[in-house]
Amino acid sequence: MEFFMKNILNIVCYLPLVGMFVLLFLRKENAIRWTANIFGWAGFLASLPLIFAYNNPRYLDTATGMRYLFRTDWIPSIGVQYYFGIDGISLLLILLTTLLGAIAIMSSWTAITTRVKEYYAFLLLMQTAMLGVFMALDFFLFYIFWEVMLVPMYFLIGIWGTERKLYSAIKFFLYTLAGSVLMLLGILALYFHHYSQTGTYTFEILQYHSISLPMELQQWIFLAFFIGFAIKVPMFPFHTWLPDAHTDAPTAGSVILAGVLLKMGTYGFVRLSLPIMPEATKFYLPYLMWLCLIGIIYGALVAMMQKDWKRLVAYSSVSHLGFAMLGVFAATPVAMQGGVLQMVNHGISTGALFLIVGIVYERRHTRMIAQYSGLSHVMPLYAAVFMIMTLSSIGMPALNGFIGEFMILQGTFAVDELRVYAIVAVSGIVLGAAYMLWLYQRTMFGKVEQPENERLADLNWREVFTFVPLIILAFWIGLYPATFLRYLDEPVNKVVERVRGPEFFRQAEKGVLARTPSNPAMAVPSR
Amino acid sequence: MENLMGFTSTAEVLRYLRQNSAAIGPEIILTIWAVGVLIVDLVNPLNKRFWLGLFSLLGIGFAGFNLYRLHGIEGTAFSQMVVLDPFAWFFKVIFLVAAALVVLISLKYLDIEEAQHGEYYALILFATIGMMFLASGIDLIMIFVGLELMAICEYVLTGYLKFRPRSAEAAMKFFLLGAFSTGILLYGMSLLYGLSGTTSLQGISDALSGVSSNQPALLLATILLVAGLGFKVAAVPFHMWAPDTFEGAPTTITAFISVGPKVAGIAVLLRIFVQSMETVRSDYTVLVALIAILTMVWGNVAAVTQNNVKRLLAYSSISHIGYVLVGVVAGPESNGVFAASYYLFAYAFMNLGTFAIVVLMRRQEIQGEEVNDFNGLFFKSPGVALLMLIFLAALAGIPPTAGFVAKFFIFSAVIDAYFRTTDSLMAVLAVIAGLTTIIALFYYWRIVKAMFLTEATDQVQTRLTPAMTAALVVTLVFTILVGIYPGPFVELARAAAAPLQ
Repeated sequence: MEFFMKNILNIVCYLPLVGMFVLLFLRKENAIRWTANIFGWAGFLASLPLIFAYNNPRYLDTATGMRYLFRTDWIPSIGVQYYFGIDGISLLLILLTTLLGAIAIMSSWTAITTRVKEYYAFLLLMQTAMLGVFMALDFFLFYIFWEVMLVPMYFLIGIWGTERKLYSAIKFFLYTLAGSVLMLLGILALYFHHYSQTGTYTFEILQYHSISLPMELQQWIFLAFFIGFAIKVPMFPFHTWLPDAHTDAPTAGSVILAGVLLKMGTYGFVRLSLPIMPEATKFYLPYLMWLCLIGIIYGALVAMMQKDWKRLVAYSSVSHLGFAMLGVFAATPVAMQGGVLQMVNHGISTGALFLIVGIVYERRHTRMIAQYSGLSHVMPLYAAVFMIMTLSSIGMPALNGFIGEFMILQGTFAVDELRVYAIVAVSGIVLGAAYMLWLYQRTMFGKVEQPENERLADLNWREVFTFVPLIILAFWIGLYPATFLRYLDEPVNKVVERVRGPEFFRQAEKGVLARTPSNPAMAVPSR
Repeated sequence: MENLMGFTSTAEVLRYLRQNSAAIGPEIILTIWAVGVLIVDLVNPLNKRFWLGLFSLLGIGFAGFNLYRLHGIEGTAFSQMVVLDPFAWFFKVIFLVAAALVVLISLKYLDIEEAQHGEYYALILFATIGMMFLASGIDLIMIFVGLELMAICEYVLTGYLKFRPRSAEAAMKFFLLGAFSTGILLYGMSLLYGLSGTTSLQGISDALSGVSSNQPALLLATILLVAGLGFKVAAVPFHMWAPDTFEGAPTTITAFISVGPKVAGIAVLLRIFVQSMETVRSDYTVLVALIAILTMVWGNVAAVTQNNVKRLLAYSSISHIGYVLVGVVAGPESNGVFAASYYLFAYAFMNLGTFAIVVLMRRQEIQGEEVNDFNGLFFKSPGVALLMLIFLAALAGIPPTAGFVAKFFIFSAVIDAYFRTTDSLMAVLAVIAGLTTIIALFYYWRIVKAMFLTEATDQVQTRLTPAMTAALVVTLVFTILVGIYPGPFVELARAAAAPLQ
């Protein structure tokens, strides 16, 4: 147990990789499926102690506020370390990743019938790479995981995708690579500037959280990082790879893409761009906010016009991620917490929506909205799940989407100069309700017009089970978000303080702009 | 010995030889062995050509062992003609490894092509000796002799399948352009000699240190040297011979000339420019930077449309030299020499690995050189396809492979140089180097797409021989090890770069 807790991040990160190697030795398809599922869920279970021991002072590094540190030298001559550690923000994203990863694996049981072994191997490899991104506290390590992830995703889209899969796969690969190469140059610029200031070579991310950079350099590096992350998020106008990749990917690929991969971009902003280059963030703030707003409204409008069910959900991601980014860039405690929470929410609701499309696609092999109507008569259970997720996605109170959007808007509105953005952003919620409910109406209500749809089977136990955790989480976050928000107080306040400066909190001792009070339950007892 | 070199007796000559020959032990062993290969082939007591390859390998092994024992020993020999320093040592390791791997992948290939074995291995060994002298030569004469020894062996090897028009054509082009470039290089060297009155690099360095860099003859010498060496390493715009030669040469020789002469050319470039042309630093930097930009851009862009894998890899290797040249531009103060050395080390393994698989694709009736020939390879031989994926990912610079770390150091060097000099040229180089890797990914991934995402067009299996397996294992292990555990290799490359600081 002691060993487990000491190495918990390594175990959570590499368990899927171990699973991948185990798969390589199996031959029977069902054995492969079982093994992949076991490793998927084992990964999720292994990540749960991260929550339970979160407050345990033994695993807390007081100097950095990071937990479960694991660090050792890797390439000492250039200051590269193998350095893992998490805070509240990464904690939530890691749990989201392990859960969605397991769900994605489970959802593929019948959907994937060709080249089964490679499929699960690539899924598990993805899982390791994504977890590594959220855990790495060393730029070099971070970048390696960030890039490794591209290869399995390329194959997932390219082999098991649909329609223009080859085109979408390489487009995804080239777009993201373009972004990450620029990011690498930015990292190196930071590295050498840090050296010229302090005389030490280090890639340790947390060292850079207190660095002061000249404004011009900061602007350039911010742009380099921005392109890397904005492509990943994706923010308008870097979003064009997303509809193709999401639409043509297999269901599980879309779930992972939307649920986790996009979060790597938003996470990058929160973890790297904002705290390392606070002045540049403030300098670019108006442009960033407008890009978010364009993303919110443009994504929603385009989603409304889609004939393809999956493409609609894909464009809704552009809109939702616009919201999450709005909250992050607003950089007030409440808005940023909302932004991070909205990342998780988007993973839950959009992940579920992709699963929902996948289920009818598996039965009918078409995603055209016009091919479906009145499904609620044939598949009542399915319609109920879809309803919950639709409401979650459009931000219905009592469900998770509401909390996230509300916090983002409230936190943004509270700052005078940002008020206008909050006002414009509200229209996105209306548009979001419009396209989602219209989709629901067209597909679920009315008469069953296509004879093929009359005999569609409702959800089976396995499919129900894939949705259960997501539905529980949607209600949990919607009804009692404090469970999750309390992990965000400390890290988010830190980022906000770095961007807005310490005076910000002093001026705003009261009201929504104030530092969110630390939850008493989260106070670390002194030994 | 009429007092020609100041010797007074035969005993003195012998003592001189004994004292100096230790520095070139590996070269001497290889020379003996190369002659031995020719004799064994002639006498042919074993009557099995296969053994010739193993015999050559044994020679390379002995040379390698001798080289290993020379590690850490420094000094000059033969009146300042050759030097034994970590820089030479490091590059000699690359040459020996490349030669050994090429011999390993040639064993079966030569049988398929029904080619003679004997001279082939001897020529490879002689070419390797030439490269090793290039790495250790510190005198223009020595460098020139090494260059010619290497080049002439390679002309012959390129045309080794002399009844194939393609092979003969490739050799002819290689030879004509090679001879032409040698002339240019020689012209540059003679100007340098005229300016300084000596052929020793140290002497040139001393003589030039007081000279104004604006002197036309010096600039002309710089330009000629850059152009001449540019031909040897196939940098744009001096790359025209490479695609045709790479395509026409026997694949194993393509593998050899994609590594050997290029690495040797860069080694010489570093020696001459960094060690003795400090005076014209700013001039040659701009020149090499321009060539680097052209090489990266054109090498990568031209590769995109190639359907012949050997041609594609020719352009790919052109582009890799572009990245190495970026390291040269960054200069020794920014660890540019280190980055270039490390890059070449990584490049040797990943490129030879890739070519090993192209060689493997050559089966009895199938040429196996088109991208289409890789279609569905994964379904026929999953292991081979996975290996190829790793090598291509390494060439494209995807972590965690050697190629990524190598590119990482190049980028580091040039960005460090930017911070040091605040010369915007460095920033431009960094951005171009970054962006061209995206183009590179596209064409490498065409092969990946063929292997994994396309149906097989033929059902002819690839057959792994033990020698081929050994070559693949070595290249694979190093491609990954240099990527995930760079520590020891960094130390080696650091040490190699130290003499040129």
